[in-house]
Amino acid sequence: MIQVRPIYVICLREFIKFFREKSRLLGTLARPVLWLFVVGNGMGSLIKPQVGFSYLQFIFPGMIGMTILFSSIFSSISIVWDREFGFMKEMLVAPISRLSIVIGKTISGTLISVAQAIIILVLIPFLGIPLTVSQFFQVVAVAVLVSFCITSLGILIAARLSSFDGFNIIMNFLVMPMLFLSGAMYPVTAMPPALRHLTLINPLTYGIDAFKHVLLRSGTPPLGPEFPLTLDLLLVAAISAIMLTLAALSFRKKE
Amino acid sequence: MVIINVHNLTRKFKTLTAVDGISFSVEQGEVFGFLGPNGAGKTTTISILCTLISPSSGKAEIAGFDCAKNPDQVRTSIGLIFQDTTLDVGLTAYENLKFHAYLYNLDGKLAEKRIDEMLTVVDLQGRKHDLIKNFSGGMKRRLEIARGLLHYPRVLFLDEPTLGLDPQTRNTIWDFINMLRVEEKITVFMTTHYMDEAENCDRIAIIDHGKIIALDTPAKLKQMVHGDIIRIVTEDNRKAVPEIQSLFNVSAREENGTLVLETERGDEFIPRLIHSLPTSTRSVSIQKPTLNDVFLKLTGRTIRDDMLQDNKEVTREFVRSHRRAQR
Repeated sequence: MIQVRPIYVICLREFIKFFREKSRLLGTLARPVLWLFVVGNGMGSLIKPQVGFSYLQFIFPGMIGMTILFSSIFSSISIVWDREFGFMKEMLVAPISRLSIVIGKTISGTLISVAQAIIILVLIPFLGIPLTVSQFFQVVAVAVLVSFCITSLGILIAARLSSFDGFNIIMNFLVMPMLFLSGAMYPVTAMPPALRHLTLINPLTYGIDAFKHVLLRSGTPPLGPEFPLTLDLLLVAAISAIMLTLAALSFRKKE
Repeated sequence: MVIINVHNLTRKFKTLTAVDGISFSVEQGEVFGFLGPNGAGKTTTISILCTLISPSSGKAEIAGFDCAKNPDQVRTSIGLIFQDTTLDVGLTAYENLKFHAYLYNLDGKLAEKRIDEMLTVVDLQGRKHDLIKNFSGGMKRRLEIARGLLHYPRVLFLDEPTLGLDPQTRNTIWDFINMLRVEEKITVFMTTHYMDEAENCDRIAIIDHGKIIALDTPAKLKQMVHGDIIRIVTEDNRKAVPEIQSLFNVSAREENGTLVLETERGDEFIPRLIHSLPTSTRSVSIQKPTLNDVFLKLTGRTIRDDMLQDNKEVTREFVRSHRRAQR
């Protein structure tokens, strides 16, 4: 049972809060800037430019992926905040279905992540990556898919997290490994086999690879895209569907 | 007309029976109170009535709808004010109410009208566009009540509506609830462990260990305690005790130099006592029985015995608000 108005207002609330919290907006821009220009420049000096682009250009698709990862997890963790601070009860006793709450949270988390990914694109001129109008829309399309996938994963976790204490564990044992084992900072093919296997079960790997397809067209492995684009998109879509189904189911059971 | 009907309701949690076969009904327009110590089953009962949890057995109906079978119809018929605040502190008063209006599917124009109406009722019209963060505890409570009434529920549930509020704010909230019952003819179902608060109810159910042990008007409940408590100090207490016994057939006991006796219609008894007692009296006081005395008589404990637990709640509230501030 899906109700449109509750879903709309759940999304509206998240947007109002997102734009009201200036620190969150600032953080969106600060984190990738830090990674790109501090880590990227440092590492970049060790690695010779290959096949026509620099290390900085190589990690930019990964930075979009990272922004989406943090934003989506943060958005879905708001469910735990809502529970902790009582607001969840306001939604649970209203004449709306649990599914509407899950969908509202998923849509708002996805759209906020996409908005942040678009904000990150302002860095493109500083990196010398060419970006056409059609490429821009392709980036947005991939961002929607990847954001949707990670938000669904976050909601699945949030539905099972009973208090905010588990948040640090999630950050250290899920979010950070997902970032490092995603091909964001180093090519998947260059990794030792043990790490490569972990990377291959990470949905973010395929999302970032899809961004590489769009932004680093001329590249070839190891610094360019490493998997076929169709595979990337299909895998991310399939994982999203599974995550969202599990999230909706566990939310219904838990609450 | 009966608006809440509960029959043989039971709720078990693993080994604990939180609610144990309770039955009662509430008339439309009544203010009905659930009085009992912490852990007596008050919140569990409310949670079943407002469809948050399902009963293990038995039946609960609101406005003719079964709480377990037709939760959505029940939900549109009720408004809820929880123990802990459930407002979004990052939104304004208006935004919190608007959110509620959308969840309850109120039409846009109607929602605006009701929001203004309810803000006026709770006297927060001037703070419409202020963030909840900057509201005091009493203001938050008032706004929650406004929100609970926004969709014109037939029953308003108040779970410990004044917990953690200062006495002055508690009085304001009560004036307000009393006004609602007169003007909106709304049915109020509330839980409390404050005795003076329970006095405001039309009828009270005293609940302990998941069972209703008494259900009546506050006045009738207090009649269960035999009469009033009279304390007198006389010139010679030792001589006075047998005198009282022989003259009035009332046994008095001495407590710290004061004689304590229980009698019906104490106000009429005192003049007779002073007039007839050979030993002269120095001071006299009369105490009407309280609901706490009723609870004591029924259970052998006072509700105040779990003050310790109260302190825990205050600590929890403090930790919460502290964390909230750190956000």
